[in-house]
Amino acid sequence: MANSERDEATGMQTTGHEWDGLRELDTPLPRWWLIVFYTSIVAAVIYWVLMPAWPLMNGYTRGVLNWSDRRNVAAEVQALQSARAPMFARLAEASAEGIAADPELQQFAIAAGQSAFGDNCATCHGAGGGGAPGFPVLADNVWIWGGTLADIEQTIRVGVRSSHPEARFSQMPAFGRDGLLSPRQIGDTTEYVISISMARARLTPDRAAAARGGVIYQEQCASCHGGEGAGDRLIGAPSLNDDLWLYGGSRAEIRRQVEQGRGGVMPSWEARFDAGTLRSLAYYVHEMGGGEPDAAPAPLTPPQ
Amino acid sequence: MSKTTLIDTTRRDDLSIDASAVNSKEARALYKKRSPIHPKLAHGTFRNLKWAAMVVLLAIYYVTPWLRWDRGDGRPDQAVLIDFEGRRFYFFFIELWPQEVYFFAGLMILAAFGIFLSSALFGRVWCGYACPQTVWTDLYIHVERWIEGDRNERMRLEKTPMSASKAGKKLAKHTLWLLIAAATGGAWVFYFGDAPTLFSNIFTGQAGTPVYLFVGLLTFTTYILAGSMREQVCTYMCPWPRIQAAMIDKDALSVTYRVDRGEPRGPHKRGESWEGRGDCIDCRQCVAVCPQGIDIRDGDQLECINCALCVDACDEVMHKVGRPMGLIAYDSYANLERRKLGRGTSYRLLRPRTILYGTLMAAIAVLLAYGLATRSSFELNVIRDRSPPYVRLADGSVRNDYVFKVINMSALERRVSIEVSGLQGARLHATGIAGSGPVVTEARADGVTTLRLHVTVPPGIEAGTHALRFTARDLSLGDETGSASAFLAGANP
Repeated sequence: MANSERDEATGMQTTGHEWDGLRELDTPLPRWWLIVFYTSIVAAVIYWVLMPAWPLMNGYTRGVLNWSDRRNVAAEVQALQSARAPMFARLAEASAEGIAADPELQQFAIAAGQSAFGDNCATCHGAGGGGAPGFPVLADNVWIWGGTLADIEQTIRVGVRSSHPEARFSQMPAFGRDGLLSPRQIGDTTEYVISISMARARLTPDRAAAARGGVIYQEQCASCHGGEGAGDRLIGAPSLNDDLWLYGGSRAEIRRQVEQGRGGVMPSWEARFDAGTLRSLAYYVHEMGGGEPDAAPAPLTPPQ
Repeated sequence: MSKTTLIDTTRRDDLSIDASAVNSKEARALYKKRSPIHPKLAHGTFRNLKWAAMVVLLAIYYVTPWLRWDRGDGRPDQAVLIDFEGRRFYFFFIELWPQEVYFFAGLMILAAFGIFLSSALFGRVWCGYACPQTVWTDLYIHVERWIEGDRNERMRLEKTPMSASKAGKKLAKHTLWLLIAAATGGAWVFYFGDAPTLFSNIFTGQAGTPVYLFVGLLTFTTYILAGSMREQVCTYMCPWPRIQAAMIDKDALSVTYRVDRGEPRGPHKRGESWEGRGDCIDCRQCVAVCPQGIDIRDGDQLECINCALCVDACDEVMHKVGRPMGLIAYDSYANLERRKLGRGTSYRLLRPRTILYGTLMAAIAVLLAYGLATRSSFELNVIRDRSPPYVRLADGSVRNDYVFKVINMSALERRVSIEVSGLQGARLHATGIAGSGPVVTEARADGVTTLRLHVTVPPGIEAGTHALRFTARDLSLGDETGSASAFLAGANP
């Protein structure tokens, strides 16, 4: 530093270098800064020894503490599962009324069910069970396979048209596609279906066509959907006397369903969930709003 | 008690002392190591005030967590408790929930205006007497003085080479400091848990990691801030000395050296005339007692915490040399100016600024008290389910779902009926129950009861948003609370 000189204004030495006429003061770093700096270096070296740090060809240095986040998470998950196990065990034994009577169990069932539903069911059935065309609404009070806690759980367990040996199974013929009925007959049947449903108020069926369609309905449809369109939950035949339609409620959509006889597939969840989770899922769906009591309807809550 | 009785008139040693301000112009450098300050013990009114403030404030800090307050079975009996796990703040008869954090905000604002007002009236009294940094530093200096002796002995000890006796003194001092620091950290955690339980848990190793962590943290900060950083915290770390300039005006009192009376300063021999010279005999006692290590005669400074120990020191000297006291005293800029012009002094405590601060404090205090006195212990919060926004039912009626949170802050369980109003034909009911009247539920004491209920409206409701209202009524006490919400219905499929 031969060219180092003292700066008049500050009294500090300069570095002795000159860059395009600029000279720089050789200001020392603050002591506290240096302390932090050197402490950090020491801390880093200690860290390398204690914790996993350096990548190697076939792995990494493990550190003497043998720390592993992956193992810690696995242990935490394990701990959480064993902490929850007693509640799940209680849940697997409980009925809808039993769950409702125990606020702690109910809260647990709803929370566990909501979490499982969000991860596995909401993709098709919508968050909150709002449904989508072809995917049943779970929040309403119309059930194809039954709406008691046991019915819902059974449907979740075995699935619908799934590969499970006990799967819920129903098949509506494709009257149009397979040529079972002529397009004219399908039109008449559609008018009849509208006339027995609550959609008649908004779609105004053609009376003459509906009368012709009635004869076809009694021959082709009534065996499953019932003479008055009440449906049959035992065989999974949807009710036709309301105004809720799985594949859409316009005249064209109703006609299309008679033509095509569509039916969706729901997987069986038996292999995926344990009994407790299944029960919580069923309870969560049951409590969306349309769940039915196991036996006789519960008495009204007295107002006083 | 008059001032003279506080002065030790038996002391007749040489009044002059070798002391210089750490922040004097000559000593000021861009990069400078801390010059150790060895404050001498002062005697007098303000030293006594500081003793009193220290005892009272430390007592409040250490004793408060041990006060008990009976709240009934199964509830904490600690008078002041911040219960993070139970999400409650207990303060004697007041119990606050997390959502009432605005009471804290109000208290903070009140405290801020309090410090504004005190600054506008008396300058940095907070810094000088009440700030924890000042109180603990004062305590540490006292310990230091007790073990190592007063200023001169301490300075002598610094200069002597290490010996068994010096090492023993240092060890004793730092041990005592660490004990005080640990007690400080210990007292802190007692505010967050049951003090007696926590006390025994800490010593038996049963307390949680956060407890030891916070005790350790506060032990460390107390030891460092009061033991070795001291005045540097005020000078370099604390934002308040910078801010307080905005509250202090020419009428605010602050510790002031009366230049007009003191100058020209110079040594004075007994019997010499006081004609043609100032009263300051340049004994530098004011510098020697200063915990900040500054010279008040250099004028008002950032470093000065207005503890007024220099006032005590100077008064003692003035008494000894037989001049009037108050050469250094609480005074205002306005009075300094007036004296220069030969006018008398006057103190204006009532000024627009102080009146404004006082009024604001009163308003906030009244608002807080009103809020506290009228706060409801019974509330209903309603959260409408948004997915799905509405559900069409088999018979054409429309259903919306709501989560109700019945907040019961009282110590007794309530039997509550909830009903819906404001929408034609709306029925409130639980899942799977037809229902028509109000829904009755038990709202647990000191907690939130959550329930999900449905509102069903008969077919024919117009598409769009409809307003409705939920009312919760305590069936035994009769008090009511409510919440407005909305009902959504969609167009036909």
